[in-house]
Amino acid sequence: MGYFLFFLLAFICVGSVLGMILSKNQAHSALFLVLAFASLGGLFGLLDAPFIAAVQIIIYAGAIMVLFIFVIMMINLEQGISPERKKWTLGLAGVLAVFLLIELILAIRGSWGDLGTTGGESIGSPTELGRLLFTDYLYPFEITSVLIIAALVGAIVLVKRKEKE
Amino acid sequence: MIPVSYFFILSILLFVLGIIAFFIKRDLITMFMAVEIMLNAANLAFIALAKAAGSPAGQVIVFFVITVAAAEAAVGLAIIMLVFRQKKSIKAEDMRLMKG
Amino acid sequence: MEMFWLVPLIPGASALILAVFGRWLPKKYVSWQACLSVFASFLISLVSFFGLLKLTPESLPVVKTLFRWILAGRFSADFALQLDSLSSVMTLVVSGVGFLIHVYSVGYMAHDKGYKRYFTYLNLFTFAMLILVMGANLVLMFVGWEGVGLCSYLLIGFWFEKHSAASAGKKAFIVNRIGDAAFILGIFFLFLHVGSGDFRVINEAIEAGHIAPALATLVALLLFAGATGKSAQIPLYIWLPDAMEGPTPVSALIHAATMVTAGVYMVARMNLLFTLSGTASQVVAIVGALTAIFAATMALTQNDIKRVLAYSTISQIGYMFIGCGVGAYAAGMFHLYTHAFFKSLLFLAAGSVMHALSGELDMRKMGGLRKYLPLTYPTFLIGAIAIAGVPFLSGFFSKDAILTRAFAQGQYFIWALGIMGAVLTAFYMFRLIFLTFFGEERLEPHAKEHLHESPPLMTIPLVILAFFSIVAGYVGLPVVLGEKANFFNRFLEPVIHPGHEAHLSISTEWLLILISVAVALCGIYIASVFYLKSPQTPHRLVARFPKAYKLLYNKYYVDEIYNAAFVNPLVNGSRLVYDNFDLKVIDGTINGTAATTGFAGKVLGFLQSGLVKDYALGILLGVVIFLGYLLF
Repeated sequence: MGYFLFFLLAFICVGSVLGMILSKNQAHSALFLVLAFASLGGLFGLLDAPFIAAVQIIIYAGAIMVLFIFVIMMINLEQGISPERKKWTLGLAGVLAVFLLIELILAIRGSWGDLGTTGGESIGSPTELGRLLFTDYLYPFEITSVLIIAALVGAIVLVKRKEKE
Repeated sequence: MIPVSYFFILSILLFVLGIIAFFIKRDLITMFMAVEIMLNAANLAFIALAKAAGSPAGQVIVFFVITVAAAEAAVGLAIIMLVFRQKKSIKAEDMRLMKG
Repeated sequence: MEMFWLVPLIPGASALILAVFGRWLPKKYVSWQACLSVFASFLISLVSFFGLLKLTPESLPVVKTLFRWILAGRFSADFALQLDSLSSVMTLVVSGVGFLIHVYSVGYMAHDKGYKRYFTYLNLFTFAMLILVMGANLVLMFVGWEGVGLCSYLLIGFWFEKHSAASAGKKAFIVNRIGDAAFILGIFFLFLHVGSGDFRVINEAIEAGHIAPALATLVALLLFAGATGKSAQIPLYIWLPDAMEGPTPVSALIHAATMVTAGVYMVARMNLLFTLSGTASQVVAIVGALTAIFAATMALTQNDIKRVLAYSTISQIGYMFIGCGVGAYAAGMFHLYTHAFFKSLLFLAAGSVMHALSGELDMRKMGGLRKYLPLTYPTFLIGAIAIAGVPFLSGFFSKDAILTRAFAQGQYFIWALGIMGAVLTAFYMFRLIFLTFFGEERLEPHAKEHLHESPPLMTIPLVILAFFSIVAGYVGLPVVLGEKANFFNRFLEPVIHPGHEAHLSISTEWLLILISVAVALCGIYIASVFYLKSPQTPHRLVARFPKAYKLLYNKYYVDEIYNAAFVNPLVNGSRLVYDNFDLKVIDGTINGTAATTGFAGKVLGFLQSGLVKDYALGILLGVVIFLGYLLF
């Protein structure tokens, strides 16, 4: 059961990311991305992190992607933009990406078996996380609130059109 | 039940896909989306590690990452809007002011 | 007398002042300063001379060390000036004749736009020459040696816009340099063995027997090679005729009275060394004799008044070297001293003639000038008579002294060459006189219009020099009139140690004197026949021997031979090197470096393209490399 769920969600995730890459329409790309995020939320749930899974769906798939879709609609391009033409930078990037893939896999090869399995007790219950946030990680918590305000104000100020005097 | 290392492989795969997406796409918005993919891949890795280490600290980190990513997306999109107003284009090649 | 070391420094200071401030000083002031500084030198030399007479021989030479100049390991040379009879003679000649020439130049160069530069150089030359003759060691003497060479270049090429003048200056300097290379080698060899360039030290070493004759020969020959360059002997005389491109007072000062005699001074100064090496002395005498006659033959056919005098100078210096070569250093110096007077007189008078004729110097376009130049003509004539060796004038005494000593030492061949040279000398000098001042007038109309005697600034030095050309010889009366009569020789004795001098019988000496006189008068008579009585004679002679004439007229083609053998190969060789090495390799390297840098810049410019994707690529590249490094 678990395996089936995992592979289903993983497949959806990778598939939608690929769809996002290959799609020429920006709106379609955004929608594919929403799907990807949703499946990621499910994966988080599989990893015994219920709170984070919820947060992911609410914020990422819910808020951030909505922002993206707003902007896409406001920048109303008639036709999509085709992907990159052939350039040597693209080729180099592709090669490097493959290298990175290989390197990263090799990096975790060593500790393949030590990671254990899912299942067992949940460690990410909301109460537990809440406690941590307000004790050990209080500073980052407060600072992120400031950060959010800054981002809020900044975004508004940036986009505000000048008032005609 | 599922070995955590499978999640890691998935995370790596998503990350590399994000990189490829970044280089393939030509307009700013989709490039930004590729960055979001990379962020999420990292988040997945963190959660998997939290499970492997049995410590909730990984999840706390992911919480913060998501928060900051939200703020960043807001501001970033605002900037893209401004750039579009100025240049009437969101193609990355047109943003060459830093040349030289 | 204690101030003798000021003698070179006063003109030196004057030169420095003129060089730095000359632009803003008024012309009249420049003239006064330049002339007075040399006059001051002369006065001090005179005072020192009298002071010298009072000193005993043991206290000579008087040396004043101004400062320690070079100290490098075993090698040391001080800036030290010395006063002894030899240097005293030279300073008197240089400053005295130099002063008269300075005065003459004020008149001669009055309208020249390089007037101030001229006097700067002239003072600088006087400074360098005085350092040369007063230096107490070989190194300081060499400094003066090089200094006069430099000033010679500057003054010969004074009118540098004229291509021939600039080339002549270059030629003089380069040919001199060749001699100087040998000179330096000589100094080094001597230094290696003696450990010092100081004259006293060297002389002591020679007297103590520390120097092997072989070494003495080597050093003496090297030093003499330098002298052939500076004093215009075979084989390095070629620069002197060309040097006539310079202003005439320059020719008088540098190429008659002072610089070219530096070689003779040097040999006289190093007389112990030359005496030690019989081979070297013989070489000196032979080269001197050959040059004397060789140059005299070339003077026979020249039409340029200054060229005749130039070859004459080369010839007369040959006589001086004959004197030194046969061991009669005092006689050689004596001729140097008298020659300074009558040769500079001749040059200055020639300058006066040129000035009168608005710059003409071809004798074929002169003639009959004695009516128009009442001061120039007599002084010129006196100079000519002196150089021809007519009795009772100075030239007679000095030339006779040399030839007599040559005969006495058994060098009959050299004596014969000298006598032949004397005939030729008298002949060509009077050829010059007759062509210029006598006979029919062949003047250009423009020259004839402006014909005028020279101003007093120019004629007064002529008169003074003429006076000395007559009386200067009386300080060195021939030995036939009594042993003590030769004041000059006795004066120089502390420095020029008389070797064992062969003595001739009184009758032989009188005979030799008679032969010299007869020979001189003969030459004058033949010249009068050729150019006065039957002017067709030279033309008929040329028609009979066209090839011989051509050979002489073209100076035996020596310049052409040198050009073909040395100059052209060097020039072509350096052009080859320049094209292949200098242009391609050196320039190529530098250009290549620049091109590489440019290319690298272009390549690396990619990093700054302004495209965010390229930057991301860089980051990716960095991450991959870094991870790879960590993993492996």
